[in-house]
Amino acid sequence: MQSNAALEYDYTVAKLFTYTAILFGFVGMLIGTLIAAQLAFPELNYLLGEYGTFSRLRPLHTNVVIYGFTVSGVFATFYYSAQRVLKVSMAESKFLMFVGKLQFVLYVILATAMVVTLLMGITTTKEYAQMEWPLDVLTVLVWVLWGVAMFGLIGIRREKALYISMWYFIACFLGVAMLYLFNNMEVPTYFTSGGVGSIMHSVSMYSGTNDALVQWWWGHNAVAFVFTVPIVAMIYYFLPKESGQAVYSYKLSLLSFWGLMFVYLWAGSHHLLWSTVPDWMQTMGSVFSVVLILPSWGSAINMLLTMKGEWNQLTENPLIKFMVLASTFYMLSTLEGPIQAIKSVNAIAHFTDWIPGHVHDGVLGWVAFMIMAGLFHMAPRMFKREIYSKKLIEAQFWIQTTAVVLYFTSMWIAGITQGMMWRAVDEYGNLMYSFIDTVTVLHPYYAIRALAGVLYVTGFVMFAYNMVKTMTSSRELSEEPQFRSPMA
Amino acid sequence: MDIRELQGYASFFMTIFLVVVLYGYIVYLYRSEKKGEKDYEKLGNIALDDEIHSEPINDSSANSDEKKERNK
Repeated sequence: MQSNAALEYDYTVAKLFTYTAILFGFVGMLIGTLIAAQLAFPELNYLLGEYGTFSRLRPLHTNVVIYGFTVSGVFATFYYSAQRVLKVSMAESKFLMFVGKLQFVLYVILATAMVVTLLMGITTTKEYAQMEWPLDVLTVLVWVLWGVAMFGLIGIRREKALYISMWYFIACFLGVAMLYLFNNMEVPTYFTSGGVGSIMHSVSMYSGTNDALVQWWWGHNAVAFVFTVPIVAMIYYFLPKESGQAVYSYKLSLLSFWGLMFVYLWAGSHHLLWSTVPDWMQTMGSVFSVVLILPSWGSAINMLLTMKGEWNQLTENPLIKFMVLASTFYMLSTLEGPIQAIKSVNAIAHFTDWIPGHVHDGVLGWVAFMIMAGLFHMAPRMFKREIYSKKLIEAQFWIQTTAVVLYFTSMWIAGITQGMMWRAVDEYGNLMYSFIDTVTVLHPYYAIRALAGVLYVTGFVMFAYNMVKTMTSSRELSEEPQFRSPMA
Repeated sequence: MDIRELQGYASFFMTIFLVVVLYGYIVYLYRSEKKGEKDYEKLGNIALDDEIHSEPINDSSANSDEKKERNK
């Protein structure tokens, strides 16, 4: 570790992942909007032959927004903020710099292969774990490299205490590593069928109910360790830094962290309520889901209280607006989830559109808002230029907020309507509606959701344009801003 | 006692144990701060004062230096 006056943080790797976050964000959300429109207007399924059908594009949408956009955002914000809270530069270790760049190169190869294979229909069919085994092997490699970079930076740090964001990034790394390995234990059918099957198509090593349990242990914890934990890491760094206010209660942040770690892992079986998994396990999933409100709200309230006495910043600084709304949507989403996990509520909600409604107020309102705010905050520091346009951010904020509200309200109504219609019986106990009756009734809500998608993508294009202009043609800064990000 | 019953008991007592650990942690956090052994709240400044040349917020290295001094 050298010590010289010219030493600066090195944002090379953070910049690279910022580019992929913007690219995959646009692609993933565009596909999402298309498939939302397909549900409202089925003719749109036939635009591109087999490659344009809902069934082919839906896994592509989820995988690109999760593993393309969100994970790129996680890596970008990690390589930016970890250096800063550990007070150590990537430039101080050639080895770590090499690891970071190698991780990026392999990640791009992996993400490209993921898009191509899913488009070709090569899939394990397990939700959020669709990538086939060769890609799983590559994923492990990318993840291990991230771990090497993470613990390498921790190893050479100057700041002895690990800031709370680092705890959350470590949890993201360890949680995903463990769960990914367990859920992707699979064997190519070629080997299980005596040479008849395919080398590229694998089956899970678990079967039936056990497979379902492991799948949702992973599936739900992908939400925990990809959509929650690293995003909490981001808000614990970016909100205090942008506002100039230290986190309201550091002790509460530690407590919420351990609470979240303790509770989240046990909540996954709420995805299997009213299925064939043991009843006690379903009850456990319900109970832990409700308890999960506490640590989730612990972090969210801590963030809102961080703004205590500084609420004027909410009107003056659009990035604070994004982060406060992200925190609020986190609260909404983590209250809604436990409500859906109550068995009696789930009897109506299960398999309905209320579920994607819940997911999207979380991912659009919390995850994507926080990632975009984080990248906006990083831009003036990484590119040494002020943010290109404040007006554009303001407009983007309102367009995307409207989009999120349209999305979840339409899906709430659609979901509950669907659930009630499926269960409705006449005086003789016969079902009152056939499936197509629900489809007809839901059409306007599906159209509203597609409109919400168009609005959200429009906002994302504004974000991408603002970022590109910031990188290339915005006014240069003579020194790094301390707290509030400068914008024209 | 069959394996299912055993799993049930194991799960129950494990939960109780972890709850006790979590509450113990809360007590530890507040007690160590009250006694003046730790100052958790100042760690919040790590995000604010994060320049590469800033003094580290945590003085554990300073503490160990002090200890070394005292032990000389």
